[in-house]
Amino acid sequence: MPGAIYAEGLVKTFGDVRALDGVDFDVPEGTVLGLLGPNGAGKTTAVRVLTTLLRADSGRAEVAGLDVATQPNEVRRAIGLSGQFAAVDDYLTGRENLQMVGQLYQLPAREAKARAGDLLERFNLADAGDRTARTYSGGMRRRLDLAASLVVSPPVMFMDEPTTGLDPHNRQALWELIKELVAGGTTLLLTTQYLEEADHLADTIAVVDHGQVIARGTSDELKTRSGGDVIELVVHDRERIPEAQDILRRLGEGEPGLVAHTRRLTVPATGGAKLLAEVIRELDGRAIEIDDIGLRRPTLDDVFISLTGHSAEFDELNGAGNGNGGRDGGRDDGREKPPRGPDPGRPDPGSPGPGRTGEGPVRDDGREGGAA
Amino acid sequence: MSIDTRRAPSPPPAPAGGRITLRQNLRDSLVVAKRNLLRMLRIPETVVFGLIQPIMFVVLFAYVFGGSISIPGAGLSASAYREFLMGGIFAQTVTFATAGAAAGIAEDMQKGIIDRFRSLPMARGAVLTGRTFADLAQTAVILVVLAVVAFLVGWRIHDGPLSALAAFGLLLLLGYAFTWIGALIGLSVRTPEAATSGGLVWLFPLTFISVAFVPSENMPGWLQPVAEWNPFSATVLAVRDLFGNLPPDYRAPDVWPMQHPALASVLWSVLIIAIFRTLAVRKYQRATG
Repeated sequence: MPGAIYAEGLVKTFGDVRALDGVDFDVPEGTVLGLLGPNGAGKTTAVRVLTTLLRADSGRAEVAGLDVATQPNEVRRAIGLSGQFAAVDDYLTGRENLQMVGQLYQLPAREAKARAGDLLERFNLADAGDRTARTYSGGMRRRLDLAASLVVSPPVMFMDEPTTGLDPHNRQALWELIKELVAGGTTLLLTTQYLEEADHLADTIAVVDHGQVIARGTSDELKTRSGGDVIELVVHDRERIPEAQDILRRLGEGEPGLVAHTRRLTVPATGGAKLLAEVIRELDGRAIEIDDIGLRRPTLDDVFISLTGHSAEFDELNGAGNGNGGRDGGRDDGREKPPRGPDPGRPDPGSPGPGRTGEGPVRDDGREGGAA
Repeated sequence: MSIDTRRAPSPPPAPAGGRITLRQNLRDSLVVAKRNLLRMLRIPETVVFGLIQPIMFVVLFAYVFGGSISIPGAGLSASAYREFLMGGIFAQTVTFATAGAAAGIAEDMQKGIIDRFRSLPMARGAVLTGRTFADLAQTAVILVVLAVVAFLVGWRIHDGPLSALAAFGLLLLLGYAFTWIGALIGLSVRTPEAATSGGLVWLFPLTFISVAFVPSENMPGWLQPVAEWNPFSATVLAVRDLFGNLPPDYRAPDVWPMQHPALASVLWSVLIIAIFRTLAVRKYQRATG
């Protein structure tokens, strides 16, 4: 029996772009699927198809056992949607927004009112409940948006990049909230660009790129798939980096990656602790001082790069090794939706987000902008 | 922050087949109308500008053109022209709601809020119907203010309150019909700015090539039938008649809508609603992603 969210062979094209190119997934009731992928991978399109906002060209999708194409209205009763852009009315107060959504979910007016009060309380918006939403901060707007999607505590929730643009404190708070929600039995589909977020919240992860699911599994399964461990070290003295790189190249598996401005080197390795000891001995032998060294399991970052090969594209351009230099290779989101004007909720592309376990590499957003 | 999902209400079960009833459609429309009225109250500039133009027109036409436009049955009389004028100004004013509806809907379509609406189990047309209801309420307020200004420049109701109410009814119906044209414009353009100008620009020829400001008898022969069959003219003439603003010797042009202006006004308005509501709701439903 298909799960609470089920998709089979979804295809959606916009002009020449295949935003969805045969996407399948099956999310069992009460679990979280993380759709992980860069901007423009098709994550938002998938959410829009599943929430009845967009019709797929072909394929089939069911939410809570209801067909999104033939029973859209029933589907809408069973879902909550919290999108990338806080979908609240700026000129209504928080309370009025929630009340309106409650009534449009067909709750009686009194119930909608009571529910709005409850939600404001729970989402820490009680004090701001009677102010118009335009006076809210970004975090407050997100909370209000999320509250609006939970008015009827729908069995199936969709969250499209719920923490994009939030500061670390608000992000953490939202994660806690999402966990509580799932603990209460909600099935959730969550899209994110942040590997750490998927790692943290999702039971299963589907890595999406160019409209296709290129890998799926639990976070552990995906990490195991990339094999072995990663040795990561920080060289104290910038001039000694090439020497350290030579050592890693010799002892590790493949070309060491370098994040120049933090003097951080990484290399995949299979020899475990023994190999780590050897690296330390060699560095010591040549008197190369290091600030930090460690053996770690690959992060989803490493997995993502090995799957999508984006680092390879990036590396050819900047001549870095196989490492993490390209992990954030920015791709233009333009193909997923029509322009909506300036979005204050978008993070500064250069600012470190969650999931960037290494220090953010130098970005050049124009470089891979040809995805659309 | 914590949430207690156990206490959350579940939505009432969907009616069989998931069909949306007329009653739900009306209820959802009223919820959306309330939202739009709250917005109007919090952005009062739009209502204020909605008032300035008709008031300006009253003053300009009454005093600048007043003595120079001849009215059939009354000749060149400034006071007769002021009485004659007001039906035109009233009707023109209600059609300006078109621009407000167009801009409001274009703005909504650009914002994330439309995704919220479209993902809710609400009647499909309610986003548009709610907006047109709110514009109707705004138009009613503007009409009241305008009537006061008109009174100050010498306009009077001569045929009793019932006829006057019927006249205001025809005006509101026309205004309501035009907001559906506005809704379609709002859905067809990319920006609220384009919607505002797109909602206004064609209203000028429409309202001027009519009997609103100048009797059709004063126009060149080829233009007279255009003015007389103009949907807008029927309402103007009907309203003049119901307010008792026509000179005693006035004889309406000998074409059907001018001979039966009240009936023609209702028919035109209903026809406009039927066509443009259908087109707008269809366009709204197709405006996906």
